[in-house]
Amino acid sequence: MAERMTGAEMVIQALADQGVEHIFGYPGGAALPIYDALFQQDAVQHILVRHEQGATHMAEGYARSTGKPGVVLVTSGPGATNAVTGLTDALMDSIPMVCITAQVPTTLIGTDGFQECDTVGITRSCTKYNYLVKRVEDLPRIMHEAFLIATTGRPGPVVVDIPKDIQFALGDYYKPDLETLRHQSYRPQVDGDAAAIEAAVDLMLKAERPIFYTGGGVINAGPQASEHLRELAELTGFPVTSTLMGLGAFPASNPQWMGMLGMHGTYEANLAMHDCDVMINIGARFDDRITGRVDAFSPNSRKIHVDIDPSSINKVVHVDVPVIGDCERVLAEMVRVWRSKTNQPRTEAIAPWWKQIDKWRAVDSLGYKNSETVIKPQYAIERLYQATQKQGKEVFITTEVGQHQMWAAQHFHFDKPNHWMTSGGLGTMGYGLPAAVGVQVAHPEALVIDIAGEASVQMTMQELSTAVQYRLPVKIFILNNERMGMVRQWQDLLHGSRYAHSYSESLPDFVKLAEAYGGKGIRCENPAELDAAIAEMLDYDGPVLFDVIVEKDENCLPMIPSGKPHNEIILPDTANIGDIIDEKGRALV
Amino acid sequence: MNAHLQPTGSAYFITKETQEIERHTLSVLVDNEPGILARVVGLFSARGYNIESLTVSETEHGRRLSRITVVVTATPRTLVQIKLQLERLVPVHKVHDLTSEGASLERELALIKVAGSGDHRAETLRLADAFRAQIVDATVESFVFEVTGKPSKIDSFITLMTPLGLVEVVRTGLAAISRGPQGM
Repeated sequence: MAERMTGAEMVIQALADQGVEHIFGYPGGAALPIYDALFQQDAVQHILVRHEQGATHMAEGYARSTGKPGVVLVTSGPGATNAVTGLTDALMDSIPMVCITAQVPTTLIGTDGFQECDTVGITRSCTKYNYLVKRVEDLPRIMHEAFLIATTGRPGPVVVDIPKDIQFALGDYYKPDLETLRHQSYRPQVDGDAAAIEAAVDLMLKAERPIFYTGGGVINAGPQASEHLRELAELTGFPVTSTLMGLGAFPASNPQWMGMLGMHGTYEANLAMHDCDVMINIGARFDDRITGRVDAFSPNSRKIHVDIDPSSINKVVHVDVPVIGDCERVLAEMVRVWRSKTNQPRTEAIAPWWKQIDKWRAVDSLGYKNSETVIKPQYAIERLYQATQKQGKEVFITTEVGQHQMWAAQHFHFDKPNHWMTSGGLGTMGYGLPAAVGVQVAHPEALVIDIAGEASVQMTMQELSTAVQYRLPVKIFILNNERMGMVRQWQDLLHGSRYAHSYSESLPDFVKLAEAYGGKGIRCENPAELDAAIAEMLDYDGPVLFDVIVEKDENCLPMIPSGKPHNEIILPDTANIGDIIDEKGRALV
Repeated sequence: MNAHLQPTGSAYFITKETQEIERHTLSVLVDNEPGILARVVGLFSARGYNIESLTVSETEHGRRLSRITVVVTATPRTLVQIKLQLERLVPVHKVHDLTSEGASLERELALIKVAGSGDHRAETLRLADAFRAQIVDATVESFVFEVTGKPSKIDSFITLMTPLGLVEVVRTGLAAISRGPQGM
């Protein structure tokens, strides 16, 4: 049954019909009719942000921690342009998001009107799809189609740009049948080809040095996908490594877990990737931070690649068995086919491989030299991890971008999917604080911590005000080294230690800053006092800015320098390389 | 300037291209909706693909479908990516690589203006006849020819007209279709 209402009311009705409970937004002239409609209902709760970029990252955190799409509402012009970073971030990391942008009235479009910008033009390349609504009759269909496109296939952000006169216009609202949606061309393939899956399992059955290389696709495919991955790993007995985006899909506490791979991944994960004979890529995309030098990437392996996006296949690395489909369905099918062929794991056949892996593990590539006088960033994260495990609460971690992000990935351990939120593809500094706010909105009872750097966190610091307003007790754990640490590290290693603009000469007093916002501030610089300070942070029922003063010039290791193959990894000084060095004269830097 | 300070590495690894560049004609069936051309062209510019020619027009009015014929130059690996990236766009129904799928017909139309008098005029007409170019406009000192054919034929005609008083040329870009009974 069609119901008569304004375009603005249709927007809210469509959100309610989609089951949207929270949206993140900021009002403005062109968006006022939608805000008016929002004011007169209770179904959808609006979180007022301090900057539209914050709204987009909150929506990302919300989406990644719930599996539901994140929804953003912003005004025209600057509202839309401020959202661009978050849209691009969501596109790169395949996060489902619907972003409603208001637009000047259709009669003003193209006249350089006040707060006009070409939103669909600007966002065309940073969205999965976008719409400019020109007739109110199209609005119900477009709203629902936007959710369909954002959440299905490879998820991503969708922009719906709605001119102000369309928001005022009266029309008939209806909930369209998915089959009648306009884009018959949009039909993502979710079921993997049976023959391809069979070929993949056959390859796995013959493997002697196999490895699962899993990614964000497993998380995006829903919690069931992680269950199937665990089952498949158990059935096969193969080691598992994951990209930054995939952490949590496989439990870090499982003995088959190898740690993260890639530029700052563990020695064992990277060496196993280099030396494996069968690589099973599930929902990862051979990103350049993973492959390093493509022509030296895992030179002797047969590669299986499961991905829902056909364009990911053979984009960077040539694979032998591509399987296009949803990770959840393909993994379930792999489990079934494996079971139909054998009821034995390949324990014996791959025993020498595990022996080799254990040798690599003994190197202890994540080791570091602790100090009694200064807090090492790795130590801070280890202590934070230990403290959070005793809380009896669900723990969600977000990060900014840089060294602290890599240390968090290395030293904080995840046993469940959807509990780790980080900006992987775009590498957006300023992601973590608003993402934490978004996670906390979705999980009010949980412990949500943004592991941050003092440089990144200042990019979206104002969202602390949002946290205070909505009583969201997010904890901002700042590893403060007064450096843009990752930039400094690259300058140290590759640019002759010429530290151009990579240090913070003027930092705010984070304790006072927290207090100014109405939150709590804590500073700690003594390793002996760290545990007590962390406890104080966790006990406080409100937002906390925790300024941990850490070692200034610590490098994040291990590290595969760019342009180097996986086996030319730089290890920390503490690494136990005695056993390794004689092996085939493998050169370690 | 400060060459001695060149970094010893980079944050990115740059691979040298080893494959040969080929020219392929792609036929792309899309929903005829606002912004579709910008979407396709934007994809090419964003991902660094080269377009040699692009033709677009609505071909099925009832279903509001347009056919885009695009000539690209790329390595075989990139060609596969172009096809997959195009198929990833929401309003794209199908992409066919006509060049690699076997025999196809390729045609282009050009309108060519030539001005001149005396012997040149007679020679112009004689050549136009040889190329089966139609005269679509004539004055005492000029002709406009319509010529259809493969792009190479049009190129040759333009070359011949150049010394005879060629004024200007407009070309449609390539339209292409596969041979045989099968449709797209």
